[in-house]
Amino acid sequence: MLAQQLVNGVLLGATYALFALGFTLMFGVLRVINLTYGFYFSAGAFLALFLTRNLGFGVWAALPLAAIGAGVLAVVIDAALLTRLRRTKAPELSSLMVTLGGVLALYAGMTAWLGPDIRRLPPGLISADAIEFAGVRVTAAQGLILGATALLVAGLVALMRFTRLGLALRAMAEKPDAAGLMGIDTGRAAALVSFISGCLAGAGGVLIGLNFNAIHPFMGEAMMLRGFVVIILGGLGDIRGALVAGLALGVIETLTAGFVASNLKEAVAFALLVAVLWTRPQGLFGRAAIRRA
Amino acid sequence: MPAWLDDFLWTYQNLINTLGVNGLLALSMYVVLAVGQLSLGQAAFMGLGAYSSALMTMKLHLPFFVVLPASCVVPVLFALAIGVPTLRLSGVYLAIATIGLGEVLRTVYLNVDLVGGALGLNGIPERAEAWMIYGLLVVAIAALWLIGRSHVGRAMEAMRQDPVAASVMGVDVQRYQLGALLASAVLAGIAGCLSAHQSSFIGPNEYGFEPAVTILSFALLGGIGTPVASVVGAFILTLLPELLRGFSDLRLVFNGLIIVAAVLFLPRGLVALRMRRRAA
Amino acid sequence: MSLLQTEGLTRRYAGLVAVDAVTLAVPQGGVHAVIGPNGAGKTTFFNMLSGLVPPSEGTMRFAGQDITRGKAHRRAALGMARTFQNIRVFTEMTVLENVLTGLHAGMACGLAGVVLRLSGFRRAERAAVVASRAALDAVGLADHADALSGSLSYGDQRRLEIARAMVAKPRLLLLDEPAAGMNPAETESLAGLVRRIADGGTTVLLVEHDMGFVMGLSDSVSVLNFGRLIYSGTPAQARSEPAVVEAYLGARLAEKLRARHG
Repeated sequence: MLAQQLVNGVLLGATYALFALGFTLMFGVLRVINLTYGFYFSAGAFLALFLTRNLGFGVWAALPLAAIGAGVLAVVIDAALLTRLRRTKAPELSSLMVTLGGVLALYAGMTAWLGPDIRRLPPGLISADAIEFAGVRVTAAQGLILGATALLVAGLVALMRFTRLGLALRAMAEKPDAAGLMGIDTGRAAALVSFISGCLAGAGGVLIGLNFNAIHPFMGEAMMLRGFVVIILGGLGDIRGALVAGLALGVIETLTAGFVASNLKEAVAFALLVAVLWTRPQGLFGRAAIRRA
Repeated sequence: MPAWLDDFLWTYQNLINTLGVNGLLALSMYVVLAVGQLSLGQAAFMGLGAYSSALMTMKLHLPFFVVLPASCVVPVLFALAIGVPTLRLSGVYLAIATIGLGEVLRTVYLNVDLVGGALGLNGIPERAEAWMIYGLLVVAIAALWLIGRSHVGRAMEAMRQDPVAASVMGVDVQRYQLGALLASAVLAGIAGCLSAHQSSFIGPNEYGFEPAVTILSFALLGGIGTPVASVVGAFILTLLPELLRGFSDLRLVFNGLIIVAAVLFLPRGLVALRMRRRAA
Repeated sequence: MSLLQTEGLTRRYAGLVAVDAVTLAVPQGGVHAVIGPNGAGKTTFFNMLSGLVPPSEGTMRFAGQDITRGKAHRRAALGMARTFQNIRVFTEMTVLENVLTGLHAGMACGLAGVVLRLSGFRRAERAAVVASRAALDAVGLADHADALSGSLSYGDQRRLEIARAMVAKPRLLLLDEPAAGMNPAETESLAGLVRRIADGGTTVLLVEHDMGFVMGLSDSVSVLNFGRLIYSGTPAQARSEPAVVEAYLGARLAEKLRARHG
């Protein structure tokens, strides 16, 4: 029972980590808390729904296409909302407020268009088989989550570590003014980071949609709550921190749901956030720059 | 009172009260924005005030003149728990920590029997009168206006523009920010108490993410140059949906776009007045 | 006894020592300068003095009190004021309101007094306005009292910043590169203003990398290079001190090379 819970927790945590990765990347490189981020999670899930239900795609094609679609959406929305503020070097709270207004309009628009109901992916999209090992069941959907998350995270880490582009992005994260020296302009970097982050969020939406088979417009909003907890736990802008904190949150939530009460898992996540703010505001690894000017 | 006025007040009583309550909420947002911070917990504070006051009235049978001032206690405690750690940090931390608060409390309300779960609380005695709501609104506007025209108001405006320079002038920036957050929790809590005691029903879904953003749009549309401006914003955004009933689906789209437009194109709001910051 | 005294003041950033064990005494009275090439750690040193950056090591004493751990806002009440290299006036306030903020530390009236408009509050406000107008008069901005600060010229904004710092009659005024971005005529009139402030009894400590501005004005000069204090003494001797000349020549040479190959 405990082993099963732990495995479920790690798998849930993997999606949290995947989701939070894009969020923390946006903040790390672009210095913006972009609240539209959760919308790409919903968008990814709905794109997958459309691709599989209306166009008859299989899951292998729908997952990458939906992720890319969400990435493109992120680029467009970022350009519409934030270009002007980046140019005038507006305070960080202005960017936060714009994305807040933007995401409310996006969610409300999506709900007005598609309705608030919970939708389901076509049956048989992914095999209902499960493998059992030492009394622990792992479904095919969970296997897909683990595989896809590992692949995407490895890809992102490789990109940031081993490519010129990743080097430039990390330079931007550490010293925004020096970005010009690296031969990368802010507009292009913003588009690029938005695309990568949007893809990660979109992929997360598809995977969570597969796992729980429930897709609705506001699913991204619930996910954002986890996003906040994970990036504060891990430290704002800290990629390694987001990975570890995401997994930890997944396990904690699953254990809370399994052994305490499933309704309390949001409250537990939030209590964790407040506790971290009181005790280790710089994040678990203590590298995030937290001090004011 | 002439008969037509009596008729008018009776027909629109609910709307008139809502206008006043939303004015108080706009002021609670104004206080935080005026020190250069962003709280997205105003709806959550309102909900805490509404639920705690309704319980005081219904379970403890306390008189309203005790319940009304006491309704700010729980919101203030939550504001302390979140404000003290985050205000040591940069501004995004308060925003992030408060944005989650409303959603978390929603799940708590839904699952606690004492507050009625998904059904909410019904049959709250209607004890809030329009004169109370508008009396408090006027008092709050006057107090904020008088504070604005003093060294306290100058300190607030200074730290909104440049917290570092303000601290060098001797302003204890963190203390002011915490004070503003607590004042905003008081205003929102009282607004919650008033709204609960005039509508007789409160439910868990009234204090989540969307009302939080709507309250922000009040203050941003009106402008944060003066306290009255944010109240004007609240009045406009409360009346507009009444006039455009056919588009109720798109009301939130509209609220969201107002925030986007206000930040991008109208940073000083519709009432772009600048307050005189001295008394002499 | 000196007005300001630092002991082994050090500030480290990840892998970089910005200010390295600086021990410096600023006596009561006069104009004192901290100079050094760009990147020598002058601004970090100043930010530690005014409480904006906590020191990694070392201590600071001001007017007989240990201020090493104290926050920035406490120093105003002790009589320390400063200006910034990149001017930081409150652009959306009027000129007079800006100067009034400089009196914040001395405004003791509580919220009740403010809201009820008690007589103590009204008296303090009136006195503050009188003092602020006088401070504006001293820097020649009296005619602009009700203009928005953002509308002032660059030079006038610098004067406003000085008036705002001086209005509370501080014991020590820190000026961070006051001559930056000024033309020769403005620089000259600024030098006169600084001299008058010192003659009025306020000790002035200024940071500059323009040696010319400093030499004629200062009673003493301290030179920072790569975060270390390499000289402290009279301006005349500084010119002939080999370490100082080398630091400046080295920096200038490097700049020339950068300009040629940049």
